[in-house]
Amino acid sequence: MTFEKVAQILADYKEIDVAEIKPESSFEELALDSLDIVEIVMSLEDEFGVTMEMSPDLKKVSDVVALIDEK
Amino acid sequence: MRITGIGSSLPELTVINDELTSFLDTSDEWIRSRTGIQERRILSGETIEALAFAAAEQALADADLTSKDIDYILCCNTYSAWMTPGLGCIVGSMLGISVPSLDINGACAGFIYALEVAQALVSSDAYKRILIVCAESPSHMVNWTDRATCVLFGDAAAAVVVDGAGKDLDFVLGNAPGVDFLYAHNPVGNSPYYQNATQPNGVQMNGQEVYRFAVSTATRDLSTLMEVQGLTAEAIDYFLIHQANLRIVEAVRARFKQPKDKFPTNIERYGNTLSASIPLLMQELKTRGELERGQTLAMSAFGAGLTAGTCVMEW
Repeated sequence: MTFEKVAQILADYKEIDVAEIKPESSFEELALDSLDIVEIVMSLEDEFGVTMEMSPDLKKVSDVVALIDEK
Repeated sequence: MRITGIGSSLPELTVINDELTSFLDTSDEWIRSRTGIQERRILSGETIEALAFAAAEQALADADLTSKDIDYILCCNTYSAWMTPGLGCIVGSMLGISVPSLDINGACAGFIYALEVAQALVSSDAYKRILIVCAESPSHMVNWTDRATCVLFGDAAAAVVVDGAGKDLDFVLGNAPGVDFLYAHNPVGNSPYYQNATQPNGVQMNGQEVYRFAVSTATRDLSTLMEVQGLTAEAIDYFLIHQANLRIVEAVRARFKQPKDKFPTNIERYGNTLSASIPLLMQELKTRGELERGQTLAMSAFGAGLTAGTCVMEW
């Protein structure tokens, strides 16, 4: 559930097919730089109603999903 | 309060991104894609006080005034070549006037803070015409071996003259936790008694946190002021957003769903000029004949502190 919503937000941001987003997809592979990641985190915070800390450990989609599920 | 004159002064030397690659591990492509910056002006033969003075003189001429008409000087300056006197006092001396002068370090939000202080001063009727000078030399603040920061900034001075005519401006000012997200230490001299550790040289920045603060605060505070004034985004003629990063400007624009021509930029040519960036934008609009009396301007700036200053005014 969380992954599907995260994937859709990423897909909308990058304007790509959501099927291209996998849990193990890294932000680097998706050509997302550090500021793209902040924009996505801000969208995720709005979508899930949570506050998320920025961290250099947020490297792939599953990292973000795990962080949201912890909240 | 209304702005009756605007001036600016920029250093002669233009440094394009490619020149920085001669001593930094960076690239034009990286800088442009991350920030939008193509080139910046950097002090070489000039002093910051010379730029400040030139901007002030131009603002006075634009207002059809002389320095004798000024009652008070507010000077936004984050780092000067002078510990003391304040840069505003030096500008006053160069203008040949002896009026009260106050330096403001509001970092990149300094101009908005200065506008609010100016409004309070003219509202008190004790002062009639205030000169606000924003003179910034971040090239003296950064560590030129740090590719993450030294590429971001440019030197500039801009000035406005204000008086008490016209409608009051509305403001939202703030200071949020986040000292560690954007700071720079001063040298501490050579006191033989001081025992603390040496601090890192130059501006230190957490780009992600600063971006998040800037976009969320600007969006929130602009929305608040628009609600206070009963305005929609469509009714705002120009959004003058502090030129820290083109992607911040674009992110705020996307949230308000407004066209690009309502969000003017100069970061491509000047980099982040701290408190000078918004008055520079204003002057460029005026010079191009795109600013008309009665138009509504919404301004938002954000910087080290973390300071935030937003205001809506009728030009």
